[in-house]
Amino acid sequence: MPRVVSLFLPGWPIDRLRRAMGASAPPPDARLVLVGREGSRRVVTAVSRPAEAAGLRVGMPLTKAHALLPDILTMPADPAADAAALERLALWALQHYAPIVAPDPPDGLVIDTTGADHLHGGEARMLGGLVNRLAASGIFARAAIADTRGAAYAAARFLADPVCVVPGGGVAEAVARLPLMGLRIPPETVAGLHVLGFATIGDVLAVPRAPLVLRFGALLGRRLDQVQGTVLEPVDPLRDPELATVRKVFGEPIGAPETIARYTAGLVRDLCRTLERRGLGARRLDLLFHRIDNSLQAIRVGTARAVRDEKRLTRLICDRIETIDPGFGIEIMELTATLAEPLALQQAVTSLVEEETADIAGLVDVIANRIGARRLYRIAPVESDVPERSVRRIAPLAPDDGATWQGRWPRPARLLARPEPVEVMALLPDHPPAFFTWRGVRRRVKCADGPERIFGEWWKRDAELAAVRDYFQVEDMEGERFWLFRSADEEQASSGIGRWFLHGVFA
Amino acid sequence: MSASAHAVVADLRDRIRQFDGRALRDRAVLPFGVPEIDEKLPGGGLALASLHEVCGGGNDAVEGAAAMLFAAGIAARTRGQVLWCLTRPDLFAPALAQAGLAPGRVLYMEANDEKSLLLCLEEGLRHGGLGAVVAEVARLSMTASRRLQLAAEAGGTLGIALRRFRHKREVGAFLLPTAAVTRWQVSVAPSAPLPVPGVGRACWRLELTRCRAGEAAEFEVEASDAEGRIAFSSRLADRSPAAGHGRLGASA
Repeated sequence: MPRVVSLFLPGWPIDRLRRAMGASAPPPDARLVLVGREGSRRVVTAVSRPAEAAGLRVGMPLTKAHALLPDILTMPADPAADAAALERLALWALQHYAPIVAPDPPDGLVIDTTGADHLHGGEARMLGGLVNRLAASGIFARAAIADTRGAAYAAARFLADPVCVVPGGGVAEAVARLPLMGLRIPPETVAGLHVLGFATIGDVLAVPRAPLVLRFGALLGRRLDQVQGTVLEPVDPLRDPELATVRKVFGEPIGAPETIARYTAGLVRDLCRTLERRGLGARRLDLLFHRIDNSLQAIRVGTARAVRDEKRLTRLICDRIETIDPGFGIEIMELTATLAEPLALQQAVTSLVEEETADIAGLVDVIANRIGARRLYRIAPVESDVPERSVRRIAPLAPDDGATWQGRWPRPARLLARPEPVEVMALLPDHPPAFFTWRGVRRRVKCADGPERIFGEWWKRDAELAAVRDYFQVEDMEGERFWLFRSADEEQASSGIGRWFLHGVFA
Repeated sequence: MSASAHAVVADLRDRIRQFDGRALRDRAVLPFGVPEIDEKLPGGGLALASLHEVCGGGNDAVEGAAAMLFAAGIAARTRGQVLWCLTRPDLFAPALAQAGLAPGRVLYMEANDEKSLLLCLEEGLRHGGLGAVVAEVARLSMTASRRLQLAAEAGGTLGIALRRFRHKREVGAFLLPTAAVTRWQVSVAPSAPLPVPGVGRACWRLELTRCRAGEAAEFEVEASDAEGRIAFSSRLADRSPAAGHGRLGASA
């Protein structure tokens, strides 16, 4: 079952205008409306949120809006620029999220993310990230993911807050309570259905189809099928002529994995030649399969560095062929370098003395495409005494600056995600515990090292101003070693109260 | 008779290996630098192009901290990058650095299930550009380990399956055989008391429970130091005969 994301941009014309105007844009609290022409009348085509709160609506004649609120700010609407900007946004989504993206004018995008969500940490995180990134650049968005494009459309507009994940197979349940506007049918049809007493999509789905179709036209029937997924609704993917693309059209549909692999190798060869002419290397490749039933399947692979190595790219794509369902056959294969970067020529090491370090970029790509790039990382030191803050993740191929952790105190092999409280019998002050009980086992301490005093980082959080941890490395009678600390601030230390925690296990 | 028989067998083995075309590569080993251990291993060290298994013993079976540092010490003494595959991100990187594995050398891979972990482990072994691949695995079937062993041979890379259990009751699964060349069980032992208050160098009981073309053995060692080297415990010298296990004379 495909998974489709619908992205809804409720304030698109105004958000776009604000971004285009930059610093000279009207303040966010301005009652801004955009004005377009409908025949000879001037009507409101978009309202900002303050204006909407004041009672203005899209579709109102401008004279009426002026009568309601004399001090509104008006600007001319520019639907052509809106559509062009929406296409650019779609291109951005294509480069960052999934191979099949299409603008859904006037105010949305649709993205087929089948098999791509794991690269972004799952569906919910992917949607959250998408909405947040747009919000950071001043575009208000809502997003939903569902099994069908129709259901995602309805959920994005009437369920998402700001994101909504409709679980696989849960379409009927999710859309049943949504209003008829979620069906993508003309307003006249919605009004007609309202007159007949239908309020939600579930109401319409519950009655026999034929009389409704007879009255309101075939579109209603098709939309109902599309919401439920009984009729396929492929996304017609956006393609930019700027991107390097090669196609192969088959006279006879193909389906066997070996055949696909063979043609893939040919396409990669052609694409590499195109890239070579432009001096580029691929960072992201999309291979689209047009099946004879008019639906699309896609493979997307990414690389950590720009690559133009035919063998490596073919290998990366062929690794994923098993995810493709050829159905009754594939008639077109289309390979695009969605993201390409200049590939500089590099001199290979010529010195005989210099030690050759193996290039693992190929391995990194293979693994990253299998499990997601964010799951492959190196850990670099951070200048912080607080143990849980002393590490950070960096990209697997980041240059190695040779930095390591300073300090002579030993660190545990396993660090607990959060320190666990332990019951302790200890002599105070500044003595390690004599006994402690962790996870129900009482252990007698044979010897201990410490205390290593670690202060809180008050420049990060006010609450840490007085926080102090005294760490001890202790060994029990069995020879097991633990990292314990007594947390104390100045007052507590003097009163002799300090809570003990276990933070790690040594070897 | 037995000495000459050994020589004949060894000679035959060598000739078979030459037919195989793996003679040179197979002979490459990574010695521990501890003669007492190295002489127990065929070739005088851990075979480089092979899969080895390390697991925690006793109370350490679930946390596996000692086993992890033992593996880190071995990986630290190889050359090149090290791929470390894990399923639970509770490993504390500064400890690896203290066992000799600098942060710039370790590439971490966090898999969400064992299946993709094994696939990536195999990929890393087969690639051949890495110094060592370490993977924390809970289950390792005969078939899977055989695949890994073949991948390690093909890539000439040292693989370490760090057996890690979620519960103590899973420890029994470790008794099932795998195709790994050696299997080590690392458990913590009380350290030698220092003349002053404080904690001395950690001690491990190292059991070589399975070794292809070799015999099982047991050692008492001191934990990996900053270069990843373990040391033979000096305590054996002044241990009472009752507690010893027949190796008393060796270090006395």
